[in-house]
Amino acid sequence: MKFGVVVFPGSNCDYDSYRAVKDSLNQQVEFIWHGDEDTSGFDAIILPGGFSYGDYLRAGAIASFSRIIASVKKFAENGGFVMGICNGFQVLTESGLLPGTLMLNTNLRFICRDIYLRTENDSTAFSSELSGGEVIRLPVAHNQGNYFCSDDVYHRLNDYGGIIFRYCTPGGKTTEDANPNGSRDSIAGIMNERGNVMGMMPHPERYVEDLLGGTDGIKIFGSLVNANTGRADN
Amino acid sequence: MARVYVSLKKSVADPQGQTIKKALNDIGYEGVAEVRVGKFFDISYDGDLENLERVLKEISEKVLANPVIEEFVIEESA
Repeated sequence: MKFGVVVFPGSNCDYDSYRAVKDSLNQQVEFIWHGDEDTSGFDAIILPGGFSYGDYLRAGAIASFSRIIASVKKFAENGGFVMGICNGFQVLTESGLLPGTLMLNTNLRFICRDIYLRTENDSTAFSSELSGGEVIRLPVAHNQGNYFCSDDVYHRLNDYGGIIFRYCTPGGKTTEDANPNGSRDSIAGIMNERGNVMGMMPHPERYVEDLLGGTDGIKIFGSLVNANTGRADN
Repeated sequence: MARVYVSLKKSVADPQGQTIKKALNDIGYEGVAEVRVGKFFDISYDGDLENLERVLKEISEKVLANPVIEEFVIEESA
């Protein structure tokens, strides 16, 4: 399977993502420059964390008008897997590939710590290696991770199983305290209705080795590899 | 030539504004009931003035404001 990792000016988790795919998953991976347009040959594209274009205007806003995102939109329309992590999630909502938006954390602080996530839907291309209700631990590092959407969008997300992860306690309960940023209904990660575009605020690429502090991130990337293998078999 | 004001919709909570409001109350301005934070963009335009109104509306909708949570007001000046 071949992954592409988009590099925007200000991306800072591009190498983490690259390394996670290459060394922890043993899959092919290449960087894609934000000014490029070619997405041919890739099975999945990762929009990494960071502060693309300094997060000027709004987090992810300027990046959503970049050349590569125009291509990523076509790539997603053709069924390619797209995964946005942190700033990548913000780019996905700004570009309309995912509904809703990510607002300033309600405590107005940059939050950088481990959090727990409950798997709300384990039958997606991004979560098949997890089981329903499974709790994983990943780091978050963001200032704008407070997921917001209209009631209509919220109900639709619930209807099609679009909410993949919710913030929770280590025991798997969603509480106000376990929700670090004030996200609506503790939402931490969502996917589109077609099931090929996913965004999440926590950083799976940072927890792919014990040495880094955890390995729960592997399951998310591993799910994608499985999904791609499943496609090739069909 | 034009100023575009962007602010959070009334239906969206504004934690920054709430924090500022609380600080103002704390230092003695008890009468301050609400603060909402926004931003503005000063834009000069060299294109065909006939299109100005349309262009301003378009860039406000597409770029300057996020329609999910924000609204905008355009103020044209000579």
